[in-house]
Amino acid sequence: MVYPGSAASRLSESAGGTLPLLAYLALAVMLMVADQRGGFANQARQKASVLAEPVWWLAASPARIATGAGEVLASRNQLQSDNARLTRELQVSASRLHRLLAVAEENQRLRKLLGGTRGYRLSAQLAGIIDIDLDPSRQRIVLDAGSTEGVVVGQALIDAGGVLGQVIEVTPRRAIALLLTDPDHAIPVQVTRSGLRTIAFGTGRTDRLRLPNIPQSADIRVGDRLVTSGIGGRFPAGFPVGVVEALHPDDTRLFVVAEARPAARLDRGLEVLLVSNTLDETEVGPDVPPPAPAPVVQPGGTPEAAAEPTPPSGTPRP
Amino acid sequence: MTRLPSRWLVYGSLVSSLLVLVVPLPAGVDLARPYLLAILLCYWLLEAPDQVGLGVAFIAGFSADLVSGTLLGEQALRLVVLAFLVQRFRARLRFFPLWQQALAVFALLLNDRLIAMAIRVASGDGVAPWGTWVSPLVGFALWPWLFLLLDEVRLRLRERERG
Repeated sequence: MVYPGSAASRLSESAGGTLPLLAYLALAVMLMVADQRGGFANQARQKASVLAEPVWWLAASPARIATGAGEVLASRNQLQSDNARLTRELQVSASRLHRLLAVAEENQRLRKLLGGTRGYRLSAQLAGIIDIDLDPSRQRIVLDAGSTEGVVVGQALIDAGGVLGQVIEVTPRRAIALLLTDPDHAIPVQVTRSGLRTIAFGTGRTDRLRLPNIPQSADIRVGDRLVTSGIGGRFPAGFPVGVVEALHPDDTRLFVVAEARPAARLDRGLEVLLVSNTLDETEVGPDVPPPAPAPVVQPGGTPEAAAEPTPPSGTPRP
Repeated sequence: MTRLPSRWLVYGSLVSSLLVLVVPLPAGVDLARPYLLAILLCYWLLEAPDQVGLGVAFIAGFSADLVSGTLLGEQALRLVVLAFLVQRFRARLRFFPLWQQALAVFALLLNDRLIAMAIRVASGDGVAPWGTWVSPLVGFALWPWLFLLLDEVRLRLRERERG
């Protein structure tokens, strides 16, 4: 075989080649730091991600072809049974939906009676999951809708089971979503039975969420259902998140750690619903009472404490 | 007659190995996904050093970061380190028998995983699942076949060019 170049000349060249190495390493480290810190690199990444789209499209094509072939080859029998099943399911869902609508109306009416302004409109949109694997140690998925379809960063993803995650990156035609179970992800939740509010963290496993720092006295049991509490304003309130599966004390023996199984089908769905609160106000708890009228300085009290302004209610958090 | 392998072959193989990064695999198996991009880069660094160098390694790593959604620059750094090591030991690696070459590639991939782990820990992501350590083993098993295959492809292409 004929090889280009001679080995001897290569050797002497590579011996003096540490400078380019250092330059490239410095560049890579700078990129990583910039990406980690967000800001400019984040925007640059979103622009550059457009280049990755054809690769994603190609990588997903075997799955697409398989689905297409399955559709073409599906027998008439199977289609009919599918149709019958889906019709049945649709009827059940529709009846449930009617009941829910009634409940929602009642809820709205009661809230009006209470004088609250918590009527948020929930906007939803369907998006498909592109069947490709990103870095397996980080739990992310790629959606086939992007900013042209109106997807924005921060929208919550739900499927038939419950909350799936949130959108973290948007390109014109695609969006990347962080799953609930990513170690970087945290979601404010509430126990439906007792109303206890806490935070569920991802663990990196698709079947496990972790709720640390629950006080010993808190009312939480195995089998409790968790729903989003809506605190923080990112996730709409009331969507199922998971079910508590185990409780054990943490290392300090002062708090309880709960393990929960996500309600959403994280490893199976093909389509997800993107929902967002159109109200830019956190909707949780009763309204904060209006600030007290003109502070009266007590003769013996400290004036600073009284002069402290009450924070406005429902400040949108970034 | 050109002695260099065609650009199409070099860059085409690198781009298709980007696909391998994200092709869906069953859960569990995806952790052991071979790092084909690094393996191919090794091959081209050994066989076509005039076309593939640190710059190509950096660009390949950068595109891999974009495609697989890792920290921007992570794979670029890993591949640049790998490319530098291959360049440094190229004279020796080229004349190793195939199985020794495979061992060397295994060591390079292992080193690559160590760097990846260091970056993950430094960026606060925690340690990757143990399954990722199977990936260098798969690369080790893959190297001889890939080497023979690419050699054969190049030979065929050259013969066709000659007429």
